[in-house]
Amino acid sequence: MNQELEKEVNEQYLNMDLLRFTTAGSVDDGKSTLIGRLLYDSKAIFEDQMDAVQQASLGSGDENINLALLTDGLRDEREQGITIDVAYRYFATPKRKFIIADTPGHIQYTRNMVTGASTANLAIVLVDARHGVVEQTCRHAFIASLLRIQHLVLCINKMDLVNYSEQQFEKIKDDFEDFSSKLDIPDIRYIPISALKGDNVVHKSENMDWYEGASLLYTLENVQIASDYNFIDSRFPVQRVIRPQSDKYHDFRGYAGRVAGGVFKPGDEIIVQPSGLTSKIQSIETLNGPLDEAFPPMAVSLTLEDDIDITRGDTICKPDNQPTVGQDIELMLCWLNEKKIQVGGKYAIKHTTKDARCVVKEIKYKVNINTLHRIEDDKEIGLNDIGRVLIRTTSPLIYDGYKKNKTTGSMILIDEYTNETVGAGMII
Amino acid sequence: MKSYRLTHLKQLEAEAIFIMREVASQFEKPVLLFSGGKDSICMVRLAQKAFWPARLPFPLMHIDTGHNFPETIAFRDKMVEELGAKLIVKNVQDSINQGRVVEEKGPNASRNALQTVTLLDGIEEFKFDAAFGGARRDEEKARAKERFFSHRDEFGQWNPRNQRPELWNLFNGKKNVGEHFRVFPLSNWTEMDVWQYIASEKMDIPEIYFSHDREVVDRDGVLLAKSEFITLQKEEKYETRRIRFRTVGDMTCTGAVESDADTLQSIIQEVASATVTERGGRTDDKRSEAAMEDRKKLGYF
Ligand SMILES: Nc1nc2c(ncn2[C@@H]2O[C@H](COP(=O)(O)OP(=O)(O)O)[C@@H](O)[C@H]2O)c(=O)[nH]1
Repeated sequence: MNQELEKEVNEQYLNMDLLRFTTAGSVDDGKSTLIGRLLYDSKAIFEDQMDAVQQASLGSGDENINLALLTDGLRDEREQGITIDVAYRYFATPKRKFIIADTPGHIQYTRNMVTGASTANLAIVLVDARHGVVEQTCRHAFIASLLRIQHLVLCINKMDLVNYSEQQFEKIKDDFEDFSSKLDIPDIRYIPISALKGDNVVHKSENMDWYEGASLLYTLENVQIASDYNFIDSRFPVQRVIRPQSDKYHDFRGYAGRVAGGVFKPGDEIIVQPSGLTSKIQSIETLNGPLDEAFPPMAVSLTLEDDIDITRGDTICKPDNQPTVGQDIELMLCWLNEKKIQVGGKYAIKHTTKDARCVVKEIKYKVNINTLHRIEDDKEIGLNDIGRVLIRTTSPLIYDGYKKNKTTGSMILIDEYTNETVGAGMII
Repeated sequence: MKSYRLTHLKQLEAEAIFIMREVASQFEKPVLLFSGGKDSICMVRLAQKAFWPARLPFPLMHIDTGHNFPETIAFRDKMVEELGAKLIVKNVQDSINQGRVVEEKGPNASRNALQTVTLLDGIEEFKFDAAFGGARRDEEKARAKERFFSHRDEFGQWNPRNQRPELWNLFNGKKNVGEHFRVFPLSNWTEMDVWQYIASEKMDIPEIYFSHDREVVDRDGVLLAKSEFITLQKEEKYETRRIRFRTVGDMTCTGAVESDADTLQSIIQEVASATVTERGGRTDDKRSEAAMEDRKKLGYF
């Protein structure tokens, strides 16, 4: 390769964006095949991995190479033939790097879907063109909406098995539109594909002239995700106080953290919560030199003009735009553990960089995640259930609604005896 | 409105820095496992960034199999000196001498599996409660489900069914006495990301990553460097080839690739067009398809 071209390729790489997406579907809808194809066609699969898959395919008596085996990770699962946990995969095109959170379609694994969705910009939901929208499709879309994923792509797969029928595609699209009008997802797209044959996955299909939209990969490469962060409401949860205590940096006192919202600049007036102390930003420090501004999701250290008392768990924000400070908090809570939630039970919590404890005061209702109806007469929340819950924390949290800010609006509940993460909460 | 955008590499960097700071705050005695390889070199740079201008709030620990490339060890010592960091070296040879492990026999004997014992002993000796590793999820299938905070029981074992869900950027490092965590800040990086980061940060790496002439023996398609640890079999002979290494494992099992790539840019080109994963050159993973999973369950990195 000549030097010009080499330089161009490298610059392109250094300018790449990042898109995180989840994939969900019922068992056998073709999710593994689809991911295998994306990885394979974007050359994220190497020969030695392919060899191993070929070996395994032969071993299990498949006549074709089974692309799904590229993604079925652990031996336990290979033996059972189901995916039991969230697995992460990576591929890149010249435009973007992609992180796939591959969540299993098995009925009880709402927990995994929520986990995968918590960091995703986009959700791919698969349906089988022969079966159309089923209960699980609705559940997956609901979870995407609950976790406030802004973009959803409904992939209608196995179009080759319905003769690439436009009517079938339109019918499924209508059905889904019916359901999704109840959700809160601003950008929904529909793509007819065949993961097995490759139609509309990477390249536009010649078998579906009637389809005027883009291929799946093109969509993933071009969807606008800039608005997924909040650049308005300034929030900086302090992770750690940095005091070098060396001769050179004798008086240095930096507040290390990751910007959770808004833009911070030197000279900005700030207020620290929960103490209410105020100061101004003196500088934004990094190893590579000071910066003019910091915005999400940058990890920096702030120094202030005044020496005020700040510790891990405090939040630096702006006087004219402050988060809520409070102890009685309502959540949409997804339960992740076999042991049911206990009303009156105490749990440890993690919220931004703060550790606290809480007591569960009340379960308001449980959600039927297939119909979105409220269940008011059964308030037992167990594994994979989602409900609206009121908690009281031992010390004030500095928070926003999840709708406004995913970082300051989310928390996890931890069982104090087993230390397991048992609940995922989104503040209302 | 102005567009605020971070490139993917900057986002990965911010994520890794965030995780390192979480560990330094949530745990009492973290340690960074350092091999002298490119991933752990990146980790050290990220740790510098996370705590600058303070020093690293944890030591580095190298599990030395005794079969390392001398270039790697020289690089390690130079880097640690420049950094002013504390380095702990634990030797697999000591574990062998103490009878804690038994050396493998045969022409393909490797100390790769043995280092697990030395590592766990080291963690116990210093009462470390979190150990940073440079592993990435793209390296191997069994790693695809690994968490950033990977829980290990009191025997150092990893149980794929007993890992905590990780939501948003909330990391749960709570544990019982005797348990510890492995933490992988580079989980979301690919080999390409690591190389690009090294290039963009202008970091030094050991010479063996760059193309050079070296005597190697071709053993079942794997090119092994000449060293005192290799016993030639009948019919085998050393020959000089122009090669480089994609990883810096043990001399007994790290295969070289034939390559003219002698600059970072040319390595990046080579990685971009590579058709075999970097672990493809390692004989330890080839032994069985689930080899990595088995080693992880026992407490491997
Ligand atoms: N005809 C056809 N079969 C498909 C398509 N996608 C997947 N399959 C097949 O459907 C079965 C289930 O696919 P798999 O990817 O394992 O489904 P998963 O359970 O959702 O991961 C396999 O036999 C695939 O070969 C498709 O687009 N067309």
